[in-house]
Amino acid sequence: MLKIRVMPTLLYKDVSLVKGTAFDSQRRVGAALQAIKVYSMRDVDELIFLDIAATPNGHSPAFSDIDDLADSCFMPMTVGGGVRKLEDIRRMLAVGADKVSMNTAAIETPELIRDGAHHFGAQCIVASIDVKRRSDGTAEVYSHCGEQATGRDPVKWAQELEQLGAGEILLTSIERDGTMTGYDVELIRSVSNAVRIPVIASGGAGSYSHMADALRDGQASAVAAAAMFHFTEQTPKAAKQYLAQHGFPTRR
Amino acid sequence: MTTVTIIDYGMGNLDSLSRAIEQCGGAPLLTTDAATITTATKIILPGVGAFPKAMQNLRDLGLIDAIHEAAKTRPILGICLGMQLLADSSCEIEQTSGLGLIPGNIERLVPQQMERVPHVGWNEVVHDGHDALMSNIPSGVDFYFVHSYRFACANVADAVATTPYCGTTTCIVSRNNVRGVQFHPEKSLPWGFQLLRNFLAM
Repeated sequence: MLKIRVMPTLLYKDVSLVKGTAFDSQRRVGAALQAIKVYSMRDVDELIFLDIAATPNGHSPAFSDIDDLADSCFMPMTVGGGVRKLEDIRRMLAVGADKVSMNTAAIETPELIRDGAHHFGAQCIVASIDVKRRSDGTAEVYSHCGEQATGRDPVKWAQELEQLGAGEILLTSIERDGTMTGYDVELIRSVSNAVRIPVIASGGAGSYSHMADALRDGQASAVAAAAMFHFTEQTPKAAKQYLAQHGFPTRR
Repeated sequence: MTTVTIIDYGMGNLDSLSRAIEQCGGAPLLTTDAATITTATKIILPGVGAFPKAMQNLRDLGLIDAIHEAAKTRPILGICLGMQLLADSSCEIEQTSGLGLIPGNIERLVPQQMERVPHVGWNEVVHDGHDALMSNIPSGVDFYFVHSYRFACANVADAVATTPYCGTTTCIVSRNNVRGVQFHPEKSLPWGFQLLRNFLAM
């Protein structure tokens, strides 16, 4: 049986790892390489590695840094941040990414998702969707690391991305990000039910039971977490033990 | 140290694979050169990508005859897309001929009930222990998969391992010197490294 995945998210900015709240006020959480080595030793299911400075600063992905980090990463790694063209995807894969995540680029040039899937296969194209709720509670897609509202509905956008050829959706709640108050399960469920590609729940994980909520009620295929693993004693391994005890198929 | 020649045809995660080979005690040698492939002792055909583009690249580099020649006497391991390229043909994007080293066709995964495609994540590899590639690897341990298509073997005997997804999906093919794995051993600690060591020992 296919196992659910518990995925630590590493946010990368100017050589160090950071973690903020609601996409803002980041604090440094240590060297990226150290974190990857530790996770690699602990048989983590998969890593998400996002360069959050690239798009807002107009940079290309930091290929040589990613190259160095990937050398110590013997687990699957999804990498994102600053990808704008087909050549960026190719280079990302060449330096060691297993999957490439795109967010702003998908909104600005949806053909990039289609062409990426065509050249490299849908299975390595991850479409990232950042979502904030309006005051009336309806959800809206944001680009540029949460800075620009797009007017798009996350469910419709997810379906468009699936049509274009995305192989997976990384769905992040901007408001829940870093708060450790739980995922936006309703958002996750609405998107998961609307597509037939895997959805990774992201933003808000603070406890193992939050993960169970996203997997059971949200129908997510995987749960991502950052603050919970950086700032508490909780670990991916213990998360999987908890989830296994609660009936989810996990990798042992 | 055993040299493993990795065919670099512009598709995929060659760095991860090279690093994994080193960790397993081998010496990776990346090549785009037909003569190097013809004289190689062990060959890996890696691959992340779409089938038609991959075959086009192999053709453009003039590597197809060299791979066929090597396969007569030397062990070859295809990984993920590299496994699928061993087939006669694939329906991915458009019907395209493959290397034809293991009879069969590549077909799209058909999800059942709550399943989603691509098949992404860790899943069991079930085998009977007869293929040398799976020496010292228990049947049923998890490997990392990420794919939307699968190998439908023409000869049942060539399918030596399966994974329980979209029904039963062939995940290792083996015929004479040629083998292919649908999952990523280079990303599947710890058993993936055992598989690579088994390949190094062939």
